[in-house]
Amino acid sequence: MAPIELTRFSQIYSLLHSRWPQFILRALILAGFMFTILSGLWGSQVGSHNFATIFVWIAWWSALKLFFIPIGGRTWCSICPLPLLGEWLQNRGILRSRDAQCLHGKSWPRAWRNAWIPVVSFLLVGWFGVIILTSPRTTAFVLLGLFVLATLLGLIYERRAFCRYICPVGGFSGLYTRLAPPAIRVSNTTLCTIHIEKTCYNVCPWGQYPLALKTSGNCGLCMECLRACPYQNISLSLRPWGIELSSPPKMRVDEVFLALVMLTTAGVDAAIFLGPWGALKSATYTVGSPGWWIFATAFLLLVLGIVPAFYALTTWIAQRIRKGGLSPKSSFTYYGPILLPLGLMAWIAFTLAFASTKLSYLLPVLSDPLGWGWNLLGLTNHISTGQTPLLSSALQTLILAGGAMIATKTARELSRSLYESIPCSYSLLHLPG
Amino acid sequence: MAAYRMKQEHLARFIMVLLIILVLASPAMGKMLWRLQNSATLEIHARLPESGGWSLNTITVRSGQPLTLRFTSEDVVHGFAIGKLNLPEIEILPGEFIETTLTFSNPGKYTFYCTRWCGPNHWRMRGVINVIGMSPTPTPEPPPLYLALGIDLDAPHRAESIPRRAADPQHGSGLQNHLPSYALEQDTYLSNSPASLWMRLRAESSLRPLSDDDLWDLVAWIWEQHASAQEIAIGQKLYAQNCAACHGESGKGDGVMIRDLPPPTAEDHVTSHEERTRPPDWSDPHQLLGASPALLAGKIIRGGMGTGMPYWGPIFTSEQIDALVTYLYRFAWNGAPNASTHP
Repeated sequence: MAPIELTRFSQIYSLLHSRWPQFILRALILAGFMFTILSGLWGSQVGSHNFATIFVWIAWWSALKLFFIPIGGRTWCSICPLPLLGEWLQNRGILRSRDAQCLHGKSWPRAWRNAWIPVVSFLLVGWFGVIILTSPRTTAFVLLGLFVLATLLGLIYERRAFCRYICPVGGFSGLYTRLAPPAIRVSNTTLCTIHIEKTCYNVCPWGQYPLALKTSGNCGLCMECLRACPYQNISLSLRPWGIELSSPPKMRVDEVFLALVMLTTAGVDAAIFLGPWGALKSATYTVGSPGWWIFATAFLLLVLGIVPAFYALTTWIAQRIRKGGLSPKSSFTYYGPILLPLGLMAWIAFTLAFASTKLSYLLPVLSDPLGWGWNLLGLTNHISTGQTPLLSSALQTLILAGGAMIATKTARELSRSLYESIPCSYSLLHLPG
Repeated sequence: MAAYRMKQEHLARFIMVLLIILVLASPAMGKMLWRLQNSATLEIHARLPESGGWSLNTITVRSGQPLTLRFTSEDVVHGFAIGKLNLPEIEILPGEFIETTLTFSNPGKYTFYCTRWCGPNHWRMRGVINVIGMSPTPTPEPPPLYLALGIDLDAPHRAESIPRRAADPQHGSGLQNHLPSYALEQDTYLSNSPASLWMRLRAESSLRPLSDDDLWDLVAWIWEQHASAQEIAIGQKLYAQNCAACHGESGKGDGVMIRDLPPPTAEDHVTSHEERTRPPDWSDPHQLLGASPALLAGKIIRGGMGTGMPYWGPIFTSEQIDALVTYLYRFAWNGAPNASTHP
């Protein structure tokens, strides 16, 4: 199926080319973000009655996992409030792009140009997730901390250093967005070769050169390149879902590790939040208690030891059987793309179950956002914590099965492209999933 | 072109600043507006005692004037009730708000308290409503009997003798004609422990023909005469709501709130390291058969003074305390060797 070029339609092109629609969205979201921090700090500390916890961890998280990443790719990154102040200060204006007058910060250190910081930040989320998710004040401090950090990094380093190398959400968005349909590409490559100014690269907050884009992983869909291109040569297209898996660019060790951490964390979070194990839930909540230390150690062992070791072993054994000639490190990274559909589908299934029982909190919280007993919309007392409906359970099973199938297909294609044909080894490659 | 761009930039900055000011000001404005509309309402936040307890501990109101209280809990489920008043308790759920309007007709000091076992220090969640006004102050209650009798509540009161078998009040009923008249008096019951009454009766020359067991049956019968079914029911309910969390459902001193404490040392509630201990095991008859109703009532009214036992004087009415004392003795009679039935 051929990609659909959205920017062919003049209305869509104008909408994307103008800074105002994006600015209005960003302004509203930034204001909402400020309100969220205020609500977390000043509002009721009962998590189920505070806008901060409910809107961040139920509404936003569900939207991110169920819509933004699987369908929209990095569309959230294009309107995310975290780096906005830093970027505006960097560009010396709200409606301005990077140019000669902008603040030219330092280059991000080469040693940190990888996904290890998001790996560590996601491990921290795994350790303290229950506290962060249920406490409005902690939620507010986390958001405020990220906002301050993003702003400071925006002032010190060039472009969006925070988004590319620090942000935990940016880390996994970059992985899974490779499966999503939106893609910024160049329409006519010859035009780019004769255009010596490379304005698209100069203005890109993500430091990407559209002509060289092989993956959508690092494109923030901010549309700066589209606005800067003097030839209207940048297009936004919708590709078939998961098409990048058929010829995936090589993944690095840190990216594979992040994919493994994400996959394992989905399972661990499902066990904590959806499982029937009260002792596990209590242990994760009582940070610093002996139970929590046992959980933290087990989580670390599982995430950094058992799962990566199992994955590494199976990929290595599989290619050894067929005498593929790959080193353990190469087989570890070569089969990395199979973790993407597995991880994304696991997160979708988890979020679906989580959201279906918690969505009823949204309207009451809109009616009383700070938990002060207001009833602005007359909906304050309409909370009903439901069971996971049968439909949701069936849907989760289908999604997980779908993820496993796509991963299997990816493993098969990766093996085929490596060995020409392998009749029996690919079944082993399903094991990492 | 540059001027147009600058204009656009200024407009964007204006919109952004305006939105942020609106967002930051909205909670404060909302709060002010709410206060203006509900100026007569007092908002009370319930929190675990470790986090501050009631946000308002002292309230002053004029008698006859309605007092509207608006409650919410910041952590777990709490409850609100006023001691000695027969008003329904209010359940306070985390994050939710509930209002009540009270009107006090008599001036005085009323204690309000949490009715839910919210945590180990739950009993510390108390506050006072001072009702002032011109209406005549009601006659004060008489001082508790333990003060009139000069009972030292902290002195050991272990029973010197206990029944060798389960006392049988029914058998005691058949022997009641042998009893001296003082044995049936209310004052005798209130001021004597079962063991001390048994010893007094043992010393009576007219009762010499009766065996020790016969006398215990008589004492059990006397105690039964002071325990109506209604009192037992009230006492049982009060015990379950207020006492069982520490003293245990069966009075063994093994309630959920104090299970981690060391066992009690003889009569003392603190170990040699000044550490609090569990309450005594009331299924051991030596504990309660050595305590008079006046002493038990005194302990309930005054509390344990450092043992962790709350003072219930401002909370329970004297009828409720009597009912509770009546119920407590059941642990002792049932704890006697070979006990199988309640007296």
